Amino acid sequence: MQADSEQNSASLAGSIPSTLAPQDVVGGAEQELLYTDLDTGAALPITAETAASSDAQNLPAEVGSVVFDVDNLSVYYGKYRAVRDVAMKVRKNEITAFIGPSGCGKTTVLRCFNRMNDLIDGARVEGKIEYHGVDLYGEKVNAVEVRRRIGMVFQKPNPFPKSIYENVAYGPRIGGIKKKSELDEIVESSLKRAALWDEVKDRLKASALGISGGQQQRLCIARAIAVNPEVILMDEPCSALDPIATARIEDLMKEIKTEFTIVIVTHNMQQAARVSDATAFYSTVVNPESDVRTGLLVEFDRTETIFANPSDERTEHYITGRFG
Amino acid sequence: MSTQLEARPKKPVDDGTVGPLTEQGSGLLADGVFKWVTLLSGVTVLVILLLIAVTTTRQAWPAFSEFGTAYFFGTEWVPPEGLYGILPLVFGTVLVSLIALFFAVPLSLGIALFVTELAHRRVRSLITLVVDLLAAVPSVVFGLWGFYQLIPIFQSVFNTISDAVESIPVLNVIFGPGSGSSFMSAGLILALMIIPIITSVTREVFMTVPENDKSGSLALGATRWEMIKGVVIPHSTGGLTGAVMLGLGRAMGETVAVALLIGASPQISANLFGRGETMPAQIFRSLSEAGGVYRSALIGLGVCLFVITIVVNVSARRLVLVIDRRIKGTI
Amino acid sequence: MSTSTPESSEQMRISLSSANLSKKRRVRNAAASVAMVAAFLIAAVPLFAMGASVLSQGLGVVLSVDWWTQPIPGDVGRADLAGNEDLCGLGFGDAAECQAGGSSTSVIKGMQPAIVGTFLTVFGASAMAIPLGILGAIYLHEYGKTGRLARFIRFMTDVMVGVPSVVMGVFIYTIWVLQFGTGGKSAFAASLALGCLMLPIVVRSTEEMLKLVPNALREASAALGTRTWKTTLKVVLPAASAGITSGCLLAVARAAGETAPVVFTIGYVTTTNFSMRGQNTTLSAQIYSQLTNGGSIATQLAWGAAVTLVGIVLVLTLSARAISSRLTIGKT
Repeated sequence: MQADSEQNSASLAGSIPSTLAPQDVVGGAEQELLYTDLDTGAALPITAETAASSDAQNLPAEVGSVVFDVDNLSVYYGKYRAVRDVAMKVRKNEITAFIGPSGCGKTTVLRCFNRMNDLIDGARVEGKIEYHGVDLYGEKVNAVEVRRRIGMVFQKPNPFPKSIYENVAYGPRIGGIKKKSELDEIVESSLKRAALWDEVKDRLKASALGISGGQQQRLCIARAIAVNPEVILMDEPCSALDPIATARIEDLMKEIKTEFTIVIVTHNMQQAARVSDATAFYSTVVNPESDVRTGLLVEFDRTETIFANPSDERTEHYITGRFG
Repeated sequence: MSTQLEARPKKPVDDGTVGPLTEQGSGLLADGVFKWVTLLSGVTVLVILLLIAVTTTRQAWPAFSEFGTAYFFGTEWVPPEGLYGILPLVFGTVLVSLIALFFAVPLSLGIALFVTELAHRRVRSLITLVVDLLAAVPSVVFGLWGFYQLIPIFQSVFNTISDAVESIPVLNVIFGPGSGSSFMSAGLILALMIIPIITSVTREVFMTVPENDKSGSLALGATRWEMIKGVVIPHSTGGLTGAVMLGLGRAMGETVAVALLIGASPQISANLFGRGETMPAQIFRSLSEAGGVYRSALIGLGVCLFVITIVVNVSARRLVLVIDRRIKGTI
Repeated sequence: MSTSTPESSEQMRISLSSANLSKKRRVRNAAASVAMVAAFLIAAVPLFAMGASVLSQGLGVVLSVDWWTQPIPGDVGRADLAGNEDLCGLGFGDAAECQAGGSSTSVIKGMQPAIVGTFLTVFGASAMAIPLGILGAIYLHEYGKTGRLARFIRFMTDVMVGVPSVVMGVFIYTIWVLQFGTGGKSAFAASLALGCLMLPIVVRSTEEMLKLVPNALREASAALGTRTWKTTLKVVLPAASAGITSGCLLAVARAAGETAPVVFTIGYVTTTNFSMRGQNTTLSAQIYSQLTNGGSIATQLAWGAAVTLVGIVLVLTLSARAISSRLTIGKT
């Protein structure tokens, strides 16, 4: 813990002026426990300014507009704080990857982006998470509408026990599209965009559970695409797949990023390096007294920077396999 | 013992603690005996079922042979006049069970959905506890409560309804002039009794719907209801059928509460507010005092009830299998 | 992308709000939620009303020592007719008051015979059905497995679970009471009927629990050279014991509440009979017969018996839940 905090302090000391005093949002007993021996800067969350400035340094010329603007985000399950200090900007038509050891809260943060955490009893979000400038957890925001715009692909392929056609048509149907011709068109174009059309066009009425795992996952991507979302969240979409199927999904992601913004959680660093434009590295800290683990965002930057020249020692250790 | 040991081609360590590789007599015997004891216990179930079928049929035979088809298809059950046609009782049994299912199934589904999809965790476990406890309340207690507290209420409610629909054709037959003890009264009390049973089975069925499928639907922008309709219900069709059939089996065999609320007058009538009688209620009421052919006819009712419930249960299992196969397979 | 990106966050705010969700979908979703809550309330109200009635009507009688120690008052109908005037003259009333020469106005409301009878019959039924059921389940799961006979027994056990209790009563009536006459009516005969009812329940619930015992345990024991019967008795049964106990308690609770199979087979008494032989009575049978007796005293007796019976059944059910919640195996 001691070492951890010092690293934290070391890495951030350079970028954060010490005049920025600890903010009360992150106050509380646990915080004090963690950082009593540190200088003030360490306890600070990465603020909008710091995120923006580090972003600005490394941004290539032609980046897209900001889709998600996250700052000072914490997620709680009841009283337990699962993740803290998340700050990042997800940009349009980019692939943003979340990496980090298991239990660091990558998936938890991802599930805030389309409010899937609402379904867990006691889950609660603090801090800023804006989608095109709108607070996703704002009073009038409707989770159902959010999810229609921000699709999700899950770790385990989860096609419904219906036909391939019905799986893709499910979203448009609940969205109110009833005309057969219109549905046919959507199904075909979605399957084509998900690079699955040629493999299944002759058996659209067959059960979706009868195709291979990789095909099922592409079907789930097609299903997500069919409702025409702006963003697709992917929660370790390849963890249940073999290398060949994984490669196909990765190719697919690169193809469809021209149309969609993608956020992907992955255990596989190489995958993040291969496909993503920006990378967020998460880690955990353990409160030595209560033994409570909390996830936090360590570093967020362009993928090249994270992998070639990380500014945080922990990121470097993780990337080079010296994580422990 | 030692000679046996020497007869072994290979013995690991000759320290006397290692036995021969063939089992010693006592262990082998014990295992054999134990197996046979368990087998006999298992077979008891078959023996009892066979005994039920044989002895009750034998006792019922005088009635079966004396009245023949008039017993199974007769529409009058008036023992004092020697009329033993069981149709009015079969009718009552089926009608009362259907009324019970009509009210209990939607309510049970609603409660189970409320518990699994809507309620907070703590509320959920509380309701589950209450439902389980209610399932344990003896039927005679439902009967007692219904007899003293519900019959007067039913009386006035039924009268109000039948007055209201007096001039409307069809309805004025179904909801005719009534009594507090009626098909409807018995059906309603039965509904209350089978709600806990159907609810707890349904809840378990809903719990088996993979979280993954539910998330998949919600992530596509489905509302909770659309998710339930599109994922939870289709996934549970087989199990729900099973739950309903279980409820039906229970309702058909339920005795005391029905006996107390149905009015004890065997008749085939479309008037739901009219008095009636069911097979178990008739047996229950009369068996102890009956003699001769009357007793034989009552035991015959038991045989019919036995056969009907077996048919319901067996076809329920078939139906569940067929539906599950269809759902899980290609649609 | 066909949808144009909203220019301002204001537009986005509107498009994300529920206003953008079609009214039909919103209304349906809300209606469904309301319907679920309503279903719960519609079912809960009468059930709570019943609980309240039973408690308010019956608790008074139960809270006296007489209830647990005294015989059931005999001809309560005549006592009612006496109009609380001179019960001593009719042979009722508080013995002390009568001997003192006064005219008692109270009938001693006791239920001991039925309480004893309930325990006797349920005990008898358990003594038969539980060992047989557990052994039967051991055969199904440890020996028969998926063999033809085991599958057949399993199927017939499920069928037997569905056989109405009144049929079990008719069955014991034909093979026992009709053979031995009225003398055959006894706690033992009722035990037979309830045992038939419990047996399939015990078999099925025990087998479910045996299924939860990990095979690794059996293999570990077998690898030590233990025979199947010893493995079963020393390893498998202890591992599943909490679940089996819980399942058996539920079967016992079910049997304790049954009325139909009991009334044909047990006869009627008003004084306590501690023997399995000779006529007897149970709480459930008392509820029914007091209720059909009618009259205010009989009614009180019926409600009191109901409270007692519900109490016994709930204690059994709650213990079953408490035991199974401590279950280690199968609660992963």
